[in-house]
Amino acid sequence: MNKIAENYADEIQKIIAKYPAEQKRSAVMSLLYIAQREDGYVTKQDLNEIAEILEMTPTEVVTLVGFYTLYHEEPGGQYRIQVCNDLPCALRGADEFLEKLCENLGIQIGETTEDGLVTVEGVMCLAACDKAPMFQVQTGEGLAYHEDMTVESTLELIEDWKREEK
Amino acid sequence: MANYILLRHREIPDIHKLDVYRKNGGFEAFEKVVTTMKPDEVTEIVKTSGLRGRGGAGFPTGLKWSFMDKDNWPHYVVANADESEPGTFKDREIMESNPFQFLEGVAIASYAVGATEAYIYCRGEFWELTQVLDEKIAELEEAGLLGDKLFGTDYSLRIYTHLGAGAYICGEETALLESMEGKRGQPRLRPPFPPSFGLYGKPTVVNNVETLTNVPPIITNGGEWYKNLGTEDTAGVKVFSLSGRVKQPGNYELPFGTTFRELIYEHGGGISDDRSIRAIMAAGASSALIVADDKALDTPMDYASVRDLDADLGSASIIVIDDSVSIDWVINKTIHFFEHESCGKCTPCREGNYWMGHIIERIHAGQASQNDVELLHSVAKQIENKCLCALGEFSIQAVMTGIERFPQDFEAAIK
Ligand SMILES: Cc1cc2nc3c(=O)[nH]c(=O)nc-3n(C[C@H](O)[C@H](O)[C@H](O)COP(=O)(O)O)c2cc1C
Ligand code: SF4
Ligand code: FES
Repeated sequence: MNKIAENYADEIQKIIAKYPAEQKRSAVMSLLYIAQREDGYVTKQDLNEIAEILEMTPTEVVTLVGFYTLYHEEPGGQYRIQVCNDLPCALRGADEFLEKLCENLGIQIGETTEDGLVTVEGVMCLAACDKAPMFQVQTGEGLAYHEDMTVESTLELIEDWKREEK
Repeated sequence: MANYILLRHREIPDIHKLDVYRKNGGFEAFEKVVTTMKPDEVTEIVKTSGLRGRGGAGFPTGLKWSFMDKDNWPHYVVANADESEPGTFKDREIMESNPFQFLEGVAIASYAVGATEAYIYCRGEFWELTQVLDEKIAELEEAGLLGDKLFGTDYSLRIYTHLGAGAYICGEETALLESMEGKRGQPRLRPPFPPSFGLYGKPTVVNNVETLTNVPPIITNGGEWYKNLGTEDTAGVKVFSLSGRVKQPGNYELPFGTTFRELIYEHGGGISDDRSIRAIMAAGASSALIVADDKALDTPMDYASVRDLDADLGSASIIVIDDSVSIDWVINKTIHFFEHESCGKCTPCREGNYWMGHIIERIHAGQASQNDVELLHSVAKQIENKCLCALGEFSIQAVMTGIERFPQDFEAAIK
């Protein structure tokens, strides 16, 4: 049984229709996002299912997961806070922000909080360099930008998420 | 005369709404070309305008369109919305705040090269923005401005978005096409160039978002009008992304030929904490480091003048560096960026950046000697001219010029 094909049949049809009939494979990036929706990462089964839908080999699909940074092979926190600490943001205090944020959460960069809610990562430029410190939050559902942030406003945001979880 | 050609939302805040865009002349240019002009006539106007690509390479846009192989069909237009060069955030503002002008530009380019299908390749991080673009495209279809048999002619056009997933190299046009085809985003050997062998092996024009957003006003006002903006060398206006150690970072739409000084001190409000400027990177992290002396500050920003400073203007992403940081710290950042973003296809780029990463860490940690600084320079030198795509060259610009132009910082670091 192909769970992805069944659960998202209409959506997948629409995506494939964007490309010429013989170029189904172009839909693979969108399908990987769909696969991540449930658990926030791509499972082995997802790989096989996507490969089957698009007539690719699972190996071809897995190399893509490794190549692109927004796909994940391992589970992470429910919310991945991806702080840009590339050069322009770092010139405006992003490294200090990232360090202090991690300190407050009691984790190192790249780690997940004990409750499994938040993973904090350092990432490359997100095209928001004039609004540092900034980060994007990736969940299975998608991505959102948060700009001109402080450690305090970030911790408040995390508190909001906690309340929502309850 | 309006002050803005591209960032028009700063004068007309609601221009992201279709009715407001149309009230201000929106889609008249597209209708005009489809109903009254031959495709080649459109390309001729763009050639006359002197418009050059805003994605970094500065290639003449009309000329690129004229290279499309007319013996091989279908043709495609792909808008490059991968915007990932550190320090660049102009395409995002254009698409967020003046999306219809960009989409009209995609439409006109498509008509000019005979494409009936166009794609917008958005970096994966523009997830929310891409959803909004999808809505805007749907609105255009609803309004009969996209779709079949437009304006009662035989011309049909569909525009689709395609979401990337986080890889700087996918901004390189052939890597972008590979990525669109569902493969890893690794550059192709060129030639053949996309206008003869592009998406799915078909002739394809790849243009930057800002480039395409210039097209509707060029059609409306004429090529001569645009050519008279900017300088002799570089026609037109540019959205300069200003970042780093300035008081007012942001996007500034200005004519080419504006000096660094005007951008940084008048528009940018000067250096943060009133410190002293030391270096300028004019093309994001891919830049040579320019020593910010009076000569450099008074240099007009066009392609030729910045070249005279032994640097490139590229996508005009101006990163300002002051005396609060040392240059070894700066290149530590750029090296790690390129080490992370190298696609791994060629050895000099992959291994070279890996080694540069190790050496700069040692230097920056104060565990290195003068030999290591020389080694770093020589590793960079060995990457030069040996790579398949420009990323390899980009990766060594700041390293080599940093060591050559700011030796005192490295001496201090190894003490
Ligand atoms: C490593 C690398 C990254 C690039 N990134 C971008 C980008 O993010 N956006 C862009 O428009 N062009 C980028 N380019 C330039 C494109 O390859 C191409 O020249 C451009 O999209 C052509 O459009 P234009 O003529 O309108 O500038 C990049 C080039 C290289 C080598
Ligand atoms: S130069 Fe670097 S990024 Fe470009 S193709 Fe070679 S390895 Fe890939
Ligand atoms: S450097 Fe952080 S968004 Fe560009």
